Amino acid sequence: MAQFILPPNSRVTDGEHHAAPGGAANTRVFKVYRWEPDSGQNPRLDSYEIDLDSCGPMVLDALVKIKNEIDPTLTFRRSCREGICGSCAMNIDGRNTLACTQAIDEIDGDVRIYPLPSMRVVKDLVPDMTHFYAQYASIRPWIRTQTPAPPDRERLQSPEDREALDGLYECILCACCQTSCPSYWWNPDRYLGPAVLLQAYRWVADSRDEDTGGRLDDLDDAFKLYRCHTIMNCASACPKGLNPAKAIAELKRLMVARQ
Amino acid sequence: MSMDNRPLSPHLQVYRLPFTALTSISHRISGVLLSGGALILVYWVVAAAAGRQSHATASAILGSLPVQVLLFVWTFVLFYHLCNGIRHLFWDAGYGFDLETAQRSGQAVIGGAAALTLVAWLIALV
Repeated sequence: MAQFILPPNSRVTDGEHHAAPGGAANTRVFKVYRWEPDSGQNPRLDSYEIDLDSCGPMVLDALVKIKNEIDPTLTFRRSCREGICGSCAMNIDGRNTLACTQAIDEIDGDVRIYPLPSMRVVKDLVPDMTHFYAQYASIRPWIRTQTPAPPDRERLQSPEDREALDGLYECILCACCQTSCPSYWWNPDRYLGPAVLLQAYRWVADSRDEDTGGRLDDLDDAFKLYRCHTIMNCASACPKGLNPAKAIAELKRLMVARQ
Repeated sequence: MSMDNRPLSPHLQVYRLPFTALTSISHRISGVLLSGGALILVYWVVAAAAGRQSHATASAILGSLPVQVLLFVWTFVLFYHLCNGIRHLFWDAGYGFDLETAQRSGQAVIGGAAALTLVAWLIALV
């Protein structure tokens, strides 16, 4: 059952304010979700006034600056800082995206930063991804074949067959789309969600895979696939410009076509 | 460390819903409103079946200005649900998933519903 209101222990309270050092002319306020697991308190929204003249251009730069110069306990995931690892996925200015590719000057007013929506929070901006990864594993995301591989070479693919994977293989599993989807917010336990379904379609669309029937059987479920109502938040959120809604529609079409 | 006390991160409270999401939730709300509006239709039909006197009463109530305004809104809701339903049919057939196309088709649905509402009332009043 959809739970529209946050449980009592999850409601966000006002936090501390950290003013910019004197003399800073070009400042911006960053409001950041904080939760300390050992505190026994509710999450809070701390605000940090940052001097943009001594800060890099991206939201991740500001987070690193806060961690380095103001509060070393601020916790977030980051790695590649160039939009390919997917670690720094979070909710920035009301939309899910990667902190490393989101420019600060594209945001008006205060920059509000929350963890990916409707996830269990481990600490600050770090959500628990266990369930998401388990759902990904559940579609068995690897090539499944019945015929033996050619003895002297790889399983080949024509350039056209390879093109069918464009717009699918680029997914970095950051979960921006997954956690932007209201259907996933209300049914995270039974709906597979946009990221996992895009991955499922990626294997259905692969000319080398020989278990399309089995894959569609696994998805033929009122909740796993059909909770998608074409809200399209997934496509709006994807930092790689992919379109999970379209991949899901293709899966639905294949379901009908094989009947 | 207990994992049970982990808070749920904010969702509806912080998400800035894109236009396509607003047209989606409007589709659902309009469906609920249509179910309510269908009751008015049933009332009118039942009143007509019950006799001349009750039909006259029903016509007087439905013809009053506040109810007419309500019916005007309801007509828009009907055409919105109809047009957006057609948009969903295109999606089910695999067309119109491009973000820009989805944006435009949403605007077309609202514009089309408004136009159909005006046409319907012009025909009704003239």
